[in-house]
Amino acid sequence: MSRGAAAVGESAPGASVILPAVAITRDDVLHVARLARLSLTDEEAATMEGQLSTILGHVEALAGLDLAAVEPTAHALGSQHVTRPDAARPSWPLDVVLENAPAAQDGAFRVPAT
Amino acid sequence: MTLDTRGLTAERCIQLLDAREISCRELVSAYLDRIDREDGPIHAFLRTRRELALAEADVLDRDGRSGLAGVPIAFKDILCTRGEETTAGSRILAGHHPIYDAGCVTRAKKAWLIALGKTNMDEFAMGSSTENSAFGVTHNPWAPDRVPGGSSGGSSAAVAAGFTPLALGTDTGGSIRQPAALCGVVGMKPTYGAVSRYGLIAFASSLDQVGPFALTVRDCALLLSAIVAHDPCDTTSVAMPEPVRVPDQDALSGVRIGVPRALLEQGVEPGVRASFEESLGHAEGLGAAISEVALPNAEHALPAYYLIAPAEASANLARFDGVRFGLRVEEPGDSVADMYGRTRAAGFGDEVKRRIMLGTYALSAGYYDAYYGMAQRVRTMIRRDFDSAFAGVDLIATPTSPTVAFGIGERIDDPWAMYASDVLTVPANLAGLPGISIPGGLADGLPVGFQLIGPAFSENRILEAAHALEQAIGFDPVLRVAA
Repeated sequence: MSRGAAAVGESAPGASVILPAVAITRDDVLHVARLARLSLTDEEAATMEGQLSTILGHVEALAGLDLAAVEPTAHALGSQHVTRPDAARPSWPLDVVLENAPAAQDGAFRVPAT
Repeated sequence: MTLDTRGLTAERCIQLLDAREISCRELVSAYLDRIDREDGPIHAFLRTRRELALAEADVLDRDGRSGLAGVPIAFKDILCTRGEETTAGSRILAGHHPIYDAGCVTRAKKAWLIALGKTNMDEFAMGSSTENSAFGVTHNPWAPDRVPGGSSGGSSAAVAAGFTPLALGTDTGGSIRQPAALCGVVGMKPTYGAVSRYGLIAFASSLDQVGPFALTVRDCALLLSAIVAHDPCDTTSVAMPEPVRVPDQDALSGVRIGVPRALLEQGVEPGVRASFEESLGHAEGLGAAISEVALPNAEHALPAYYLIAPAEASANLARFDGVRFGLRVEEPGDSVADMYGRTRAAGFGDEVKRRIMLGTYALSAGYYDAYYGMAQRVRTMIRRDFDSAFAGVDLIATPTSPTVAFGIGERIDDPWAMYASDVLTVPANLAGLPGISIPGGLADGLPVGFQLIGPAFSENRILEAAHALEQAIGFDPVLRVAA
């Protein structure tokens, strides 16, 4: 479906042209997992390696577009800064805020020491 | 009286309540009883709240009611309900009891809609089939071996099965419209900002939007009118420029509908295409002018979406770390980082992990411009396409989903095949535009959705056209669920 890109084939309905797969290595997966604070098993890391490569392969179809002169859109309808008076307002009581904490102590969230 | 809730609209509920033919308690009981009898194999609901719902109904029976008061509703489990468990379909939030109500839940409570319970969903709204819930799969009431769509599949299945006349869902890339299509009900994604996102557990903040499910377009309008509002707690929320009206037109004279023919090449099944053309024929018969429009960049919406949404998700889901709420998994001697890693590994399901990884990769040093930056520029081009198209037409029509409901398990191991379910719905999200899906008919005995997209804040225009078309299509709500 993608115009101007070298068509390789079609798979799922609506799938983009699949360009040669982006090579995501095991090291990439482990690096990103560390950034995301996500422990992966070896099996998960292996699956992720293949699946991320496939997904990014579909995304590569965008790389052929001429986007140099196009401004990025972060927010579809434009967003404006919203301000309010800098006045003190009641906040949630401490005990309510801590209600859902897995561990709390002395009015604070408790976490491992290191 | 014994009440058959199947095919019962909110408007009919209101008539019955106004005429005092039934009490609120009887109405709410009838729905809860049907859920108890029939939801086992469908699993639309994660939790019901019988005692609370009946107590609220009793207040109305005692003190009197008006408007929507007393009509049952269900909330997708991504919408925070104060003191009542809210999980977003994730193990990491099992047992979580929010300390506040979502903005849309507050609006529903103000209207005295009676909440029956919380509906199943893909974990953190990531999915198109409701197979990614940590708490079991939801089945399509039309065909139990098929998915109800997703991520709001519990809400769409609940309305289709007669478990509730109204439900709320959320739509980040099609998660209201696609399940509405696959379950043969009406679902609407309002303009970005029309409904508060406060208390909606965030997936992709620049795309997420709350919206209604119902059996009819008029019911959909009724519910939408109750939930739209500016909310100081959501700085991206805006007041609608005009109130949402309940549509009553039965003609489409002078309405210009554009069809992006090139986009329909994207794997649309023959049965879906035939139904779509038939619906267009109805629109023409009602006086609409049908023409072709170009959305040359819409074909790039899917890959752009699958960079932008995971990128935003990877940031939003950083808060689930075992500190302030939800699950914590910790071994003796763990550092904070060890605890984070263990908690998130145990708490998140496969699809959520995949999206976090994809989003983190797209935002990481060296790749930010190549992936996230590129996707945001494509988003600009898609917005411009819609602006140009709406200079010449009032509405844009496409099928909602390229296929009818697919089999449970069919796409779960092929992420991109699952993502392709959203190919016709994501463009509206990227552009922040409102869209509706109404039942267009059947293909192979399964519902097909017809989608109308309009310019920002054109909800009334969309609802008027959808209502007129709904009358012409004649998809009777009472017959919407196969016996």
